[in-house]
Amino acid sequence: MTALTSPRSAGLSGPWGRLSIATKQIVWAWTFLALPVLFFAAVRFYPTLEGFYLSLTDWDLLNEARFIGLDNYRKLFADPVFWQVFANTFAYLVFGTPIAIVLSFAIAYYLDRVTVLHGLIRALYFLPYLTTAAAMAWVWRWFYQPPPIGVINSILGSLGIPAQPFLRSVDQALPAIMLTAIWAHLGFQIIIFMAGLRAIPTSYYEAARIDGLGEGAILRRITIPLLKPTTVFLVVFSSIGFLRIFDQVYNMTSNDPGGPLNSTKPLVLMIYQTAFSSYQMGYAAAQTVVLFVILFSISMAQLWILRNR
Amino acid sequence: MRFATIARLALRRQLLAAAIALGILSSGSVGARAVEIQYWQYVFDTRVQAMSEVIKQFEAENPGITVKQVTFPYADYQTRLIAAKAAGRGPDVMQLFYGWLDTFIAGKLVQPLPKASFKDAEIERDFFPIVSAMKRGGQYYGLPTAVRSMALFYNKDLFQKAGLDPDKPPQTLDELVAAAKAITKRDAAGNFQQVGMALDIARQDHNWWREILLRQYGGESYSADGSKVAYNSEAGARSLEFYTGLQKLHRVGQEGFMDEGQAAFRGGLAGMVVDGTFRIASYKTIQGFKWGVAELPTQDGRKANFGSYFANAIGASATGEKLAAAEKFLAFISSEKAMTIWLDKVGELPARRAVALTEANIKDPIYGPFIRGLDYAATPPMVDEAAQRQVSIDMINTVLLKNTPITEALAAAATREQAILDKFKGK
Repeated sequence: MTALTSPRSAGLSGPWGRLSIATKQIVWAWTFLALPVLFFAAVRFYPTLEGFYLSLTDWDLLNEARFIGLDNYRKLFADPVFWQVFANTFAYLVFGTPIAIVLSFAIAYYLDRVTVLHGLIRALYFLPYLTTAAAMAWVWRWFYQPPPIGVINSILGSLGIPAQPFLRSVDQALPAIMLTAIWAHLGFQIIIFMAGLRAIPTSYYEAARIDGLGEGAILRRITIPLLKPTTVFLVVFSSIGFLRIFDQVYNMTSNDPGGPLNSTKPLVLMIYQTAFSSYQMGYAAAQTVVLFVILFSISMAQLWILRNR
Repeated sequence: MRFATIARLALRRQLLAAAIALGILSSGSVGARAVEIQYWQYVFDTRVQAMSEVIKQFEAENPGITVKQVTFPYADYQTRLIAAKAAGRGPDVMQLFYGWLDTFIAGKLVQPLPKASFKDAEIERDFFPIVSAMKRGGQYYGLPTAVRSMALFYNKDLFQKAGLDPDKPPQTLDELVAAAKAITKRDAAGNFQQVGMALDIARQDHNWWREILLRQYGGESYSADGSKVAYNSEAGARSLEFYTGLQKLHRVGQEGFMDEGQAAFRGGLAGMVVDGTFRIASYKTIQGFKWGVAELPTQDGRKANFGSYFANAIGASATGEKLAAAEKFLAFISSEKAMTIWLDKVGELPARRAVALTEANIKDPIYGPFIRGLDYAATPPMVDEAAQRQVSIDMINTVLLKNTPITEALAAAATREQAILDKFKGK
């Protein structure tokens, strides 16, 4: 501590010396925090604000941005493609999230009871999560091919079921892609659920069994309620993932991205195409703001649910 | 008048002095006066190699000018150009697809070719007529090294197995359908095991329909000045019916079979495919079977083809001695010498008639059909190539996947594409 009484700090002993230790700690904390805060402001908040401004212009990268008010939003809400894309995005969310959660919970619940080769099975489930989305998408794209090369169609064929068009169908393409996205994130969700399951004290279960509760009742009254924080986290995490889905769609439909006939196109892909194929940066910024508002609302809802816990 | 003459003389003298000074300097110390210019193109292995070869020869002939080749992945290419323009560091000479020209002019990425070094009359005499797609308002904005056209690739082995003469590819659309039917194989459940015709809208079939079939049925894709969509017609309906009929009526092929049309052909599971010159290099590596190329089958005796190309243009930011060097380089890469290298290394057709129309090329079993097709090829102006292509893809898909009536699909596409043309004009 004697080292602190250097000539410099002695010189500052006036106002600095009169501060309480708590205040000094706050000053130091903010001094250290200043760098990340400034960095964050520069790379996150400034571009975000700039994005809001751009959404009010007709910037095309080549010419000066011109302020056009809310024209981009008017155009967006009048565009039937936007509403289809909006519906697609919510289809990924509304069907994808519950299926992913129920499936991963069921697997985690039973995997938790498996004692033989537990580690290996867990690793197998987790493996897909380590692979890049593009590589997975291309493998699945091959699975979905029509005969004679498609794997799934050969299996269907051997069972006497007619070949399905999958990615070449306006009705089947979205579920087909959604399934791969669910599968890709399953490993991560299983691991988190298992951690949640292991965190529940075994004494609760013992007490319940002594009281004569059945397995179903234990699941409903103890396991699921106590897993609520884990479930909320995964629901939010997975919702944001589905709302931002891009890689799977882009790679599985790269001949006609988001097709056929926009039936698989999510909002992020529309933003990408508007910005980097058509160079309508202002219009793309407006779409980004819409996506931001949706994501923001979902995050706020998460905070609200957690507070009610 | 007098003052103007004096001023002109004075200017000329100054220019002369400058030229002499420059001459002394450049002969005295070449290294110190060296100009470096940048040439941009997208990454495609054979193109990059061919250009390296052309640059080497150019530098040998023009000491004092060095050319730096900069390449980007195709998907990023336009974005990079635009970003570079925003940063004020664009290329001096760049490659661009002819369909991007209007966008590039509007964005001030390119400048017109100086008439003194690139004379209109010479260009029109020496190059194939499709070069006119680089002309706007009486000014040429670029010149191609190589051009592309379309033809029918066919699998000779499958022709033979189907009892067809492998040396007599179909010459009419009716013959094409008949040959395709003979080659097509399906299993008991009706699934294709082998297609007569590989169909791929996203690759070349949208061009086959819009620029070739449509004309063969007597229609036009756009009005003469390119400002109006013209395919919403009887000919449009008949040609669209023919194309979609290959899958729906004749059942000789299926979109998405083997994922891509070229994959199906390469895999030996497709009898025929319509594709461009740029596919030759890839198909030349096929070892499993013999294949041939034929001029596109006709309808009612009408021939049509789609010519397209990547041109080279001078960047808007090139000025002064960089501009002079860029002009020299552009002249060199559109010279006969460069075109010969391009044909050898890339397999793309020379854009100058004299180099392309040699006896050997016309009779070449592979290049011949493409070169003959160039003479009647059309190259319609495009304002937003990607968006216009998407309109055709969606139109064909609504017919194939949603059973939308032909006329309805055609009308919807025409409306959508007209909006793209109108929006661009309004800029």
